[in-house]
Amino acid sequence: MNNDTEWIRLDLPASEDAVSRLEVGQKVKLFGTVYTARDQAHKRIAEAIREGRPLPFPLGGAAIYYCGPTPANGRIIGACGPTTSGRMDAYAPLLFEHGVAVTIGKGERSAEVKAAITEHGAVYLSAIGGAAALYQSRVRACELIAYPDLGCEAVYRLTVEDFPAVVSAV
Amino acid sequence: MKVYDAEEIRKRLTALVEKCLIVPDRDVTSRLETLDDAPLATTAARLIAENNRIAERERVYCCQDTGQAMFFVRLGDGARAEGLRAAIDGATLDAYAAARKSVADPLTRENTHTNTPPIIQTELVSGDGLEITFLAKGAGSENMARLYMLKPADGKDGIVRSVVDAAERGGRNACPPLVVGVGIGGVAETACALAKKALLRKLGTPSARADAAELERELLDRINALGIGVAAFGGNTTALAVHIETAPTHIGMLPVAVNLQCHSVRHGSIDFGEL
Repeated sequence: MNNDTEWIRLDLPASEDAVSRLEVGQKVKLFGTVYTARDQAHKRIAEAIREGRPLPFPLGGAAIYYCGPTPANGRIIGACGPTTSGRMDAYAPLLFEHGVAVTIGKGERSAEVKAAITEHGAVYLSAIGGAAALYQSRVRACELIAYPDLGCEAVYRLTVEDFPAVVSAV
Repeated sequence: MKVYDAEEIRKRLTALVEKCLIVPDRDVTSRLETLDDAPLATTAARLIAENNRIAERERVYCCQDTGQAMFFVRLGDGARAEGLRAAIDGATLDAYAAARKSVADPLTRENTHTNTPPIIQTELVSGDGLEITFLAKGAGSENMARLYMLKPADGKDGIVRSVVDAAERGGRNACPPLVVGVGIGGVAETACALAKKALLRKLGTPSARADAAELERELLDRINALGIGVAAFGGNTTALAVHIETAPTHIGMLPVAVNLQCHSVRHGSIDFGEL
């Protein structure tokens, strides 16, 4: 891994150019828009793609954060650390194929997902598992945009600032 | 016969659980604040320590996966605690009211929307005591639990191989740095329960058994040599501790269970007999 101590700023949605310059091991600070989606939201998005139904957000260039926050309880958002990315591996290649540029989560990706990331010029960023209060402090806005019946598994559009992660697959 | 008041138990457990979900084990935070490792791992360790400070200061859950509630009940056979079951369910309901609802039916996946039922492990002991320990266990680490039904001939080498295998295969997804709980002996579920119970020990306290304590040291070195590191960013700190619990087993068996605990070690205990 690259041990460069400098943080690289990555504005989201990310330009193809910015993503193409990322290298595994780099530390990045994210600024901009990410969409939360975990197990059940992925299942629905994949079904919507296959059945040609409307999608909850435009996938082209999008950043997806694998996250199911705790209730907001009067704050912008509740605690919101990353969940295990591997559970979304079954859906990820389809989403990259439809334009998703950035995925953020924790833990390992399958060989198939890594190949899809490379093929589509996307990136996988590892956030720090269990740092949910820290990540909460880096969210400036949160809007529920789809699947409210899923509770914490609904899709939220977040505006993040100074959100730390590490490039783990390109 | 000593009689315990269920309402008092519910109230005290609720307060305990609420605190545990916000403030993880301070021993872990201390270790993360001073950990000196590869640059990326050290950065991650400091961010996790910062996370834990923010959680306590802002009264925010330290992890969004507030887990499935587990209660370990040590109940004296001379104790009477009528309504204990309802008290534990009630404490879970109350303490998780503002937390994430993470409990669902295993077949339909329908959420119970209450975080109940909690998991309750009861140990029957002599006397009239009642001690209840809480542990919040998130899915990321619990999903990496493994059971190895070894043969007696596999011996210590087999145990080491199994524990290192579990850490290697599951460590990256379990939010390292880990506490590795190892249960050896009994029947299948004894080993699993012991592995879980091992997580409750004060961080890094060696086993009272000299042979088990030596095995803990060896396993810690082997697991840290895997290079997974803090947040799986590499380095020499994949685990902060390995805790082994044992129980006598059948002459034809050697069950070994491994339970990985993420760095959000959220546990606490109340000895109601001492109150």
